[in-house]
Amino acid sequence: MTAEIILFWLFAFLTCAGAIMVAASQNVVRMAFSLVLTLGSTAVLFLLLGADFVGATQLLVYVGGTLVLLVFGVMLTATGPFTRIKSSPADAILSGLIGVVFLFIVASTVTAVNWDGENGIDQKIAMGAHAKAVEGGFNPTQQGNTTRPLGLSFLSLRADRDLKLDLPKESSAETNTAPVVPGVSVVMPGVMPPPKSPVPLSTGYLLPFEIVSVHLLVVLVGAAYLARTKRRATT
Amino acid sequence: MDTLFAANSLAEFFQALLALVGFPVSAPIAHVIAVVTHVALVVGWFGLPAGLFIWAERKISARIQDRLGPTRVGGKFGWLQSLADGVKLIQKEDLVPKDADGLMFRMAPYIVVVASLAAYLALPFSDGWTAVALDTGLFLTLAVLSLEVLGVILAGYSSGSKWALFGAIRESAQMVSYEIPMALCALCPIVTAGTLNLNEVALLQSGGVWNWNILHPFNFFAFFVYFTCATASCKRAPFDLAEAESELVAGFLTEYSGFRWSLFFLAEYASMFLVSGLATVLFLGGWDDGLGVLASIKTASPNGAVSFLANAIGLLFFLVKASVLVCVQIWVRWTLPRLRIDQVMTTCLKYLIPISCFLFAGTVAYPLVLATMSGKTSIIGQPAGERLVQPKKAAGVSNAGATTESHLRITATGTEGSGR
Repeated sequence: MTAEIILFWLFAFLTCAGAIMVAASQNVVRMAFSLVLTLGSTAVLFLLLGADFVGATQLLVYVGGTLVLLVFGVMLTATGPFTRIKSSPADAILSGLIGVVFLFIVASTVTAVNWDGENGIDQKIAMGAHAKAVEGGFNPTQQGNTTRPLGLSFLSLRADRDLKLDLPKESSAETNTAPVVPGVSVVMPGVMPPPKSPVPLSTGYLLPFEIVSVHLLVVLVGAAYLARTKRRATT
Repeated sequence: MDTLFAANSLAEFFQALLALVGFPVSAPIAHVIAVVTHVALVVGWFGLPAGLFIWAERKISARIQDRLGPTRVGGKFGWLQSLADGVKLIQKEDLVPKDADGLMFRMAPYIVVVASLAAYLALPFSDGWTAVALDTGLFLTLAVLSLEVLGVILAGYSSGSKWALFGAIRESAQMVSYEIPMALCALCPIVTAGTLNLNEVALLQSGGVWNWNILHPFNFFAFFVYFTCATASCKRAPFDLAEAESELVAGFLTEYSGFRWSLFFLAEYASMFLVSGLATVLFLGGWDDGLGVLASIKTASPNGAVSFLANAIGLLFFLVKASVLVCVQIWVRWTLPRLRIDQVMTTCLKYLIPISCFLFAGTVAYPLVLATMSGKTSIIGQPAGERLVQPKKAAGVSNAGATTESHLRITATGTEGSGR
């Protein structure tokens, strides 16, 4: 167990702990600051993965920007100091049930990804996803190659996994000779070759990501609806 | 002995050192020692300037007000005053008001401290002497600096006091607005250099004062706008509305005492030094001596003890430049009256943001216009492209110094650089 793995689990735990505290707390401002914990730990996870830019953006956009706005909103709209939100036990059970179902959907889509699916390894190599990494072994902190593996994992291309398979060692970003890949004629690394037949890309992490995005949209609509009904009731 | 100075990272340095002394250790242990040393250095550098500049602030403010300031603690100049202050603050009772939200009230100082401490991670003190060498150094630093405001809001809100809440709201309005021109002006030298890596930005300015970014016509004005915004982001007078002791008792600090109060103070002085250090790296040539002596020494002997010594002297130059900027902040604080909150917002939204947008656009257009008119991208000094071609030193005794300079070395070999 390396230090990186220990740190990864520590911050993964903190991310989840913050998220649970957001749901469990009754104090609005405390919820907002539990969110700081979650979003900050997520940024640290990105940094641990070697995606410095994504990590810094996470900090700047979510923690430094969105959360400050959120706290501002909470502070200015709260009717009294230290506003509390109390929900009935029925609400808690219902939302807990929906939450578990949602977790199940996301978890099943994440685990169901077929990494070595129909699109063969040759195509993955041909996409130039990691022409450089093939030579020197996968290095997550490799410069200029940090966010690409993350993005490719959305399309079921995992640079770190593929490299553990037996691959043709010769590839060549520098010498400009075409990589020896059976069945595909590639000239330039980084350019997708015309596939022999239209092979559908497997979804990778894109499907869970989209599910979470839609979920966020639902939450936003719900929050706006709740805020509006409350205002209508008071006026 | 020379193997010590030829080490590419602190871990290699410790490995060589311990082998020399007679305790050879394995690479992971040397790595752990290097990490601990880095942390100790950064944390030490977090505390040391605070003590130093609090004393400087007392002396300078006293002289500006025609007083003597501390004269007794630790000899003639009272230079142990900060230590005495620290001891006094630690002895004070740790109070939490009855109406406060206890947990968040206790947590707030730590958020502020962690934010301003973490911002030191990517700041290079000399060539390759940085805790974490990042390609996105400036971006991460600005991101981390923007977290400080959260701690202040938290402190103000959880105190359960109106003074504190007023202070926090003023502070957040001010910080959120001043971040924009500050980031825009920090981008100007980045555009000139073409990299977000702070080490490379400073390396591109080495070789003489004529290469410094401050002599670039747009960066010259950007420096002053940046410095104004940086003063505001440190909550320093004339932008100290969050504290505003003549209006709000002590603003968001009203309910704090003892150690927690001193944490806020430490963070303030640490971030003063940080923004000054950032200004030094971005505009004032970083660790460059201004005459090109250090740069030519390092070009002549890129490795070994001489280069290490040159780096150490560079560190001194960096510290002096940054400290002078901190002293300017102190000078401004004790000279200018505090602005009203509407004046603060007007200054930012109506003046500083348009000015910084103009400067940013100007910095982008300047080399293009100059290149079409005179065929050269700068008037004073060498164009950045020509500076790149000079062979740079491989790496000093540093952490990951080798990786930070890979870009420069690739370009120096001249073949692969064009592909980027």
